Amino acid sequence: MAEADTLIEFDPLSTGSRRRRITTKAIVYGLLVLFSIYYLAPLAILLMNSMRPLDEIVRSGFIDIPGSVSLQYWAEAWGTFCIAGTCEGVSRFFMNSLLMAVPATIISTVLGLINGYALSKWRFKGADFLFGLITLGVFLPAQMTLLPWAFILGSIGLSNTISGLVLVHTIQGLSFTTLFCRNYFLAVPDDLIKAARIDGAGFWRIFRRIILPLSPPIVIVTVIWQFTGIWNEFLFGTVFTSGANQPITSALVAFSGSGTGVRAYNVEAAAVIMAALPPLIIYVVGGKYFVRGLTQGAVK
Amino acid sequence: MPDSNTNKRSATQLIQDYLPQIVLVPTVVAMLMYVVIFSLWTLWLSVSNSTLLPDPSFAGFGEYVALWKSKRWTVAYQNLFLFGSLYVLGALVIGTLLAILIDQRVRFEAVWRTVFLYPLAISFIVTGTVWRWIFHPQTGVELALHDMGWISAQFGWITDRDLALYVVVITGIWHASGFAMALILAGLRAVDGDTVKAAQIDGASMARTYRRVILPSIWPIFLAVAVVLLQFAIKTYDLVVALTQGGPGVATTVPAIVVYDLMFQRGQIAQGSAAAVMILVALAIVLIPYAIYMSYRRRGEESTHG
Repeated sequence: MAEADTLIEFDPLSTGSRRRRITTKAIVYGLLVLFSIYYLAPLAILLMNSMRPLDEIVRSGFIDIPGSVSLQYWAEAWGTFCIAGTCEGVSRFFMNSLLMAVPATIISTVLGLINGYALSKWRFKGADFLFGLITLGVFLPAQMTLLPWAFILGSIGLSNTISGLVLVHTIQGLSFTTLFCRNYFLAVPDDLIKAARIDGAGFWRIFRRIILPLSPPIVIVTVIWQFTGIWNEFLFGTVFTSGANQPITSALVAFSGSGTGVRAYNVEAAAVIMAALPPLIIYVVGGKYFVRGLTQGAVK
Repeated sequence: MPDSNTNKRSATQLIQDYLPQIVLVPTVVAMLMYVVIFSLWTLWLSVSNSTLLPDPSFAGFGEYVALWKSKRWTVAYQNLFLFGSLYVLGALVIGTLLAILIDQRVRFEAVWRTVFLYPLAISFIVTGTVWRWIFHPQTGVELALHDMGWISAQFGWITDRDLALYVVVITGIWHASGFAMALILAGLRAVDGDTVKAAQIDGASMARTYRRVILPSIWPIFLAVAVVLLQFAIKTYDLVVALTQGGPGVATTVPAIVVYDLMFQRGQIAQGSAAAVMILVALAIVLIPYAIYMSYRRRGEESTHG
């Protein structure tokens, strides 16, 4: 038995005596639980207060156990509450955000795939320079582009429209999508492309037959990254749209600013959850890819 | 190359040969406009006579001087330094701690990771709104403590000029430490197991092994996380808007808030543009040395690996 013990693979937790091991384990799990409370508290507070009657919240604040629970505030938040001059709840702004994020995500991802393919597999003179120019877009702060965009959107008649936001997000997103796809396609063996070219396949044929079938992982990463980024974006939405045309993030801020009299905290909490839900669902469903996008976006 | 007899054929051939470049034209045009023209445009606005409306005539660098003389801007820049350093440091420390905890072969690893990382999927607006409720004395922790019978409890950081910035820091760390955790954990997993075993056979304790062997070997990851988070810090806008709107007074005002106010609330386009340029400068100060260092390191790796 003693021999078997020393043969156990080295494990940071299995060093020291049995008693010490148990204490270490208790500390590890204790800390994990403690941190989980810090991370989950806001979510729990949102959920609870979206179902509590208003007088209860006003009396005892957000941090309290609900006395009674109702889903009516969710219905109000979605369909009838007045925000920014319209009384359609957040449903309108939710749709605005969808109409903004979905097309911008699709267009920038498709272009990013083609760009990444052309830059990595058809290396021509100046390809690296072009790639450098495109990646600079990742770092350019939005503040540098606000006034030029305002002018351009105004002169092509897209001020205060969702289409205008689609354009802004598509162009801003191109640098990310191109960066992601180019780095991913670099790993595709050049011999594969060479062989296809010898067989007479052209640019698009290789794209369709070789590149696209290899692309699903990077497409998922890019779509998740783009969609959550655009859905959560606030500055462009606030500067370029107003009133009923705002995306949901800007509408939430208008919500907190629009209170006359007692603020409908419970309805607001429900509205906040609705704004958080699409990216959250994507995160929970596609978690692995979400993390992969993060590491790629950060390290490369 | 055989001669093509008809012009039509050579034209299609030409298109075929240059297809990769042609395909890139829309993106390159868009990025030239976005990166080069927009930057020059804002740069030019910052030295123009523009006030409420753009005015193309050159005015010199007076707006930069005025900007740096304004209290609001210098406070915003100081806030950025304090917020940026505490935010990056805090996220790195908590991220490292969480990564080490998860690295102890804990059960339900996926659950812990999901819990620590989900804030990153949530917008700053949502984050800021919830934490405002938690920190506000009339709705959050203070009221809850009063209800529990601790009548004299006070927790009004968010309304205190000296402490409000720390509220932004705590909220920022909540949002970003999972990101640090994910990258650091990936680094820990990639550390060579043999060196760790060797250290433990030498009798090093767990804490010592981490401090002396494991963590130092993944320092490039700490650097990468720090650079990314510094970038977030410099661009911070939505979080502060939702949390404190820059207040009380100017206590939590950051440069991006000043830019928005100057450009769209006070009709001082030139000075707003000057402030935007200063944000770009701050980013460049962080990113250019890092980019140079990375390309230097990559070249070093290439030469050692043949």
